[in-house]
Amino acid sequence: MRILRAIFSHGSGRIGGIIVSVYLLVAILGMLGLTPHNPITQYRVDRLHAPNGAYWMGTDLFGRDVASRLMAGVGQSFTVAFFSVAFATLAGTVLGLAAAWLGRRWDGVLMRIMDVLLAFPAILLALLIVTVAGPGTWTSVVAIGIVYTPIFTRVVRGPALSLKAREFVDAARTFGSSSSYIVTRHLLLNLVAPLTVQVTLALAWALLTEAGLSFLGLGTQPPAASLGLMLSDSRNLMETAPWLMIFPGLAIMISILGFNLLGDALRDILDPKMRRAPA
Amino acid sequence: MNYLMRRLATFPLVLLGVSILVFVAIRMVPGDSITAMLGTEAGLLTPAQRDSLAAYFGIDQPWFVQYWRWIGGILHGNLGISVTYGRPVLDVIVERFPLTLELAILSMIIALAVGMPAGIFAATHNEKLSDLGVRIVAMIGQSTPSFVLGLLIIYTLSAGFGVLPAMGEFAPLWQDPLRNLSQLILPAITLGFAFAASVTRISRSAMLDVLSDDYVRTARSKGASARSVIWRHALPNALIPVVTLSGIEFGYLLGGAVIVEQIYALPGLGRMVLDAIQQRDYALVQGAVLFIAFNFMIVNLLVDLAYVALDPRIRLGEP
Repeated sequence: MRILRAIFSHGSGRIGGIIVSVYLLVAILGMLGLTPHNPITQYRVDRLHAPNGAYWMGTDLFGRDVASRLMAGVGQSFTVAFFSVAFATLAGTVLGLAAAWLGRRWDGVLMRIMDVLLAFPAILLALLIVTVAGPGTWTSVVAIGIVYTPIFTRVVRGPALSLKAREFVDAARTFGSSSSYIVTRHLLLNLVAPLTVQVTLALAWALLTEAGLSFLGLGTQPPAASLGLMLSDSRNLMETAPWLMIFPGLAIMISILGFNLLGDALRDILDPKMRRAPA
Repeated sequence: MNYLMRRLATFPLVLLGVSILVFVAIRMVPGDSITAMLGTEAGLLTPAQRDSLAAYFGIDQPWFVQYWRWIGGILHGNLGISVTYGRPVLDVIVERFPLTLELAILSMIIALAVGMPAGIFAATHNEKLSDLGVRIVAMIGQSTPSFVLGLLIIYTLSAGFGVLPAMGEFAPLWQDPLRNLSQLILPAITLGFAFAASVTRISRSAMLDVLSDDYVRTARSKGASARSVIWRHALPNALIPVVTLSGIEFGYLLGGAVIVEQIYALPGLGRMVLDAIQQRDYALVQGAVLFIAFNFMIVNLLVDLAYVALDPRIRLGEP
C-alpha cells in the first residue's frame, strides 16, 4: 500500500501508473472477448470505414473492427510481455543467485554463458529461436524470455555478491542457517527493490520486442490480432486508411511510455542511490 | 595493458560459445537449405543431383565434421559459401556491411548532435519549464519504437508533401554520395530519434550530478564564468556515461537494424540475416552472427578504453 501511495505522489509515477492501469483493464477486456465487436469477424460491407459511431477506430481491409482488434492485440501483447518477463526474471534470479552463491568455477562458467548470450545480437537471437520453434505466442514468450535472462542474471549477481560479503550473512552462517535459507531470506529479500525496477523497465522492452517480432510476421499469427501485425498490415493502405496505422502505433507507443514512466518512478522511490541515474 | 590482454583473451572463448550456439540453432530450423534455395524446383532434382549439391555446400557431412570444417575455415579467413547467393559468405558480408556501418554512424551523429546540447540545456535549466519540456520530449522519444516512427515519417511525407522516401537500387557512398545520403537520412533519423532521447536523458543526469560536485562549486566561487564552468570543468566528467551509452548503442546498431532496414527497403546486414535465417542459409547465418558478435565485443572494449582516456583515475580490471 505504501508503495502505491509513493507512486501516486511521484509526478511521472502517477502518469505511468494511470496509463498502465488503463492498459491492464483494456488487456483483460480484450482477452475475455469483451470488445465492441468480434475482433476477427469480417463485416464485408463495411470495409475500410473511417472511424465513426459504430466503429470507433474504423475498419480494416477485411471489414474487421479496428478498436476490437486493438483491444485483443493489447491483451495479446501484454500476455507475451508478462510471461516473457516472468520467465526472464525467474531464470535470471536463479542463475544470478547461483553464480554469486556458488562462486568460483560456477560463477565463471555461468557468467561466460551469459556473455555469449549478450554478444549475440538480441533481436537476431529472438528471430532465430522463433524460426526454430515456429512462430506463435508461446514461442515469442520463450524467445523474449531467453533474450532478457542475461540482463536479469547480471542485475541479481552484482548486488548478491556484495550482500554475500556482508556481516549479517556471516552471522547467519555462524548461527547455523542453511544455505537455502540464507539465499532466499537474506539475499533474495534484499534484491526485491532492484528487481522490481528492472521488471518494470523490461516490460517496456518486451512489449517493444513483441511488437517488432509480430511486425516482421514472426510473432502472433493471423487472423489473431496483435499490435505489431496490425501496424505491418497498415503499410500498404497508409494513404487511404491512415487510421489503420495511427491507432496501433499510438497504442504501442503509449504502453511503452507507461512502463518507462512507472519504471523511472520506482527507481526514484525504491533506490535513492540511483536517483537521477541513467535510464 | 594487462587488462587489455585479459579482455582479449576472453574473446576466443565467447566467440566459440557464439559459434556453437548459432551452429546448433540454425540446424534446428525445420526444412533443408536445398529445398529452401530451389523452392518447388527442388522436387525435380534427381537424388544424385541433390547429393552433389549437398556435397558442394558441405552439408552432406555429420554435424561435427561440418562444425570442424567451419571453424578450420574461419582460421583461414574462409567463412564458407552462401547457398542463397552462391558466393563466399565473407564477400556477401563485406558488401552489406558499409551500409550498416554508415547508418550506425549517421544515427550516432544525429543522437549526439541533438541529445547532448538538449541534455546540457535541460541540466542548466533544472526544474524550469524548459527542462520539463526537454524531459517530456525525451521520454516520448525513448518510448517510440523505430517502426512506429518510421511509418509515421513515411506517412507524413507522402500524405503531407506527396513525396516518397528515396528507395530503389541502393547507391553506395563512394559512387553517388548525394543519392546515398538521400536514401539514408530518413532511416538515420528514425534510428537516431530514440538514440538521441537516451543521450539527452543521460547527459542531463550526468551533468546534474557533476554540477553539484565540490570542484564545480570551487570553480564557480573562484569566479569562473558560467560558460567556462560548464565547458571546461563539468562537461569532460559528464561525458563518461554518455560515451558508455553511445558505445553500447552503436554496438547494437552495427548488428543491423532489421526492422528499419525492412521499412525503408535497405540492403543492410540485419535484413540479410533475417532472409538468411528464413532461407536456412547455414553458412551465411553463422558467418554473419559471428561477425556481428565480434564487432559488438570490439566496440565494448573500445568503450572501456575510452573511460580511461576520459578519466585517468579509472583503473580497469580492478574489482
